[in-house]
Amino acid sequence: MTILTLSKLTKTYGERRVLDEVTLSVAAGERVALLGHNGAGKSTLMKLVLGLIHPDGGTAAIAGHAPGSAVARALTAYLPENAAFHPAISGREQMRYYLRLRGQPVRLADEILEKVGLGDAAGRRIGTYSKGMRQRVGLAQALIGGPRLMILDEPTSGLDPVSRREFYALLDELAANGTAILLSSHALSELEARTDRMVILSQGRQVAEGTLADLRAEAALPLTVQITPQAGQGAALLDVFPDGRLVDQRVMLTCAPAEKLTVLERIAAHRPLIADFDVHAATLDDLYSHISGRAA
Amino acid sequence: MISRILATALLEFAIARRNRWVIVSVAMMMLFSLVLSAAGAAPAGQMAVDPLSVTVASLISLAVYLVPLIALLISFDTIAGESERGTLALSLTYPLARTELLFGKLVAQLGVVTIAVFAGYAVAAVAAFASGGAEAAQGLPALWRLVWTSVLLGAVFLSLGHAMSCLARRPSGAAAMAIGLWLVAIVLYDLGLLAAIVADDGGTFTTDVFPWALVLNPADAFRIFNLAASGAVDAASGLSGAASSIAVWKPLAAILIWPLAAALLARLSFQRVVP
Repeated sequence: MTILTLSKLTKTYGERRVLDEVTLSVAAGERVALLGHNGAGKSTLMKLVLGLIHPDGGTAAIAGHAPGSAVARALTAYLPENAAFHPAISGREQMRYYLRLRGQPVRLADEILEKVGLGDAAGRRIGTYSKGMRQRVGLAQALIGGPRLMILDEPTSGLDPVSRREFYALLDELAANGTAILLSSHALSELEARTDRMVILSQGRQVAEGTLADLRAEAALPLTVQITPQAGQGAALLDVFPDGRLVDQRVMLTCAPAEKLTVLERIAAHRPLIADFDVHAATLDDLYSHISGRAA
Repeated sequence: MISRILATALLEFAIARRNRWVIVSVAMMMLFSLVLSAAGAAPAGQMAVDPLSVTVASLISLAVYLVPLIALLISFDTIAGESERGTLALSLTYPLARTELLFGKLVAQLGVVTIAVFAGYAVAAVAAFASGGAEAAQGLPALWRLVWTSVLLGAVFLSLGHAMSCLARRPSGAAAMAIGLWLVAIVLYDLGLLAAIVADDGGTFTTDVFPWALVLNPADAFRIFNLAASGAVDAASGLSGAASSIAVWKPLAAILIWPLAAALLARLSFQRVVP
């Protein structure tokens, strides 16, 4: 079942098109990542979905309801980027407020804070929290009431690797219960590939969409092969691999993903010359800068 | 709807308490009331008026400065602060209407103003009863009138503070606008009117425009209504002579309409805020 549907969504500020005919859908239980540089239109897209701003063209619907409508708001949870809650109140007080707004019993406050690892800090003022803890308060409020759609703006920025893993475990749990999740990030590596699908925005346009494997296949970024020669065999090795270069006493060469086996055969054919070798696939950041760079 | 307004009001009041706004407002009102009570006790012997009425007359000129100032100090950060912290966008994605959010905050802040007003005037009343005995009871109606008009005056400037908070977008800008508003509405407005009267020298401005100009400013309406209704003389303001010539219903209407008009202005300003 599709929860979020965007069709040719467009937003302009004066002459500038910050979002240009973006079409996208997120189904129940699906985790979709929105990627793009700062200013690519991620936050604008999210604000349109939340009904905080209104589009200049196209439509958006949350389970068939207009963004910002009472039903849409009741179904949607939002985690803003770098939300700083009032420092004078405690995490528990803040959570009780949000529970009341959603018509939920306030006794759930401690349970929810416990879930994001803030059980011990619930009674302390938010002003005493670290950045990561404040981010968890934001996450906690987004969990209230089991939302059907979750909009998370750069949720993992400021989290340490352990917290980030816990965060993705929470998302997995939510998705398993049927919550549609749309989260943004400015770096592919931040996501740890824990999403079902990715949408890459560049200057307001949708430049790529698919699973990580799809994107890799489509980009066809070359592999890097590093071959360490046996002592004194460097020059001989370079004769055998004329397409390589000598870097730090090692022969470096690149090859297309489809050529991988051919290169391995060549390596195997020259075993006496070779001490060791490594094959590196393009990193997520390489892939991402390739895709978003191609569009620009 | 009521529960969401109440939830917002509860949180806002907790913030006001932690921020020391409650204690500061109460302390300010009590301190000034005490000083005025002490100062007002001296001439009470010569005048055939009860000590509480004398104190109330002094409190009117105190309240006209202090109540708007307290209200603006409490309210200027309301929207601009949330906008800067990023929680405004979050709150507006909840099933919470802008009217509910603004009204909840107004209720909590008006609670703070009311507590401060009651505390301050209670000090004055206690002092008056201590010096004048049972005779001071004659001043109670005037004191009560001062209490509820002060609360309404507070409501006006709280909403005006909210409007500044929406228009400025940043807490620092909102603070500057609030101080500017206080200077213009409370201090410069009266000075300007006085200057105009002197220049006009009994012409049409003095007879036709001036009475309306006096009533249109909520602070002046507050002062005139309290002075006229209690028949007291306000030595601190040069405008007291004019006060006696204005029908009492005019400032009363201004006092009653201004809180609604200011709240409406705040609500319209809030509509323009894009989180």
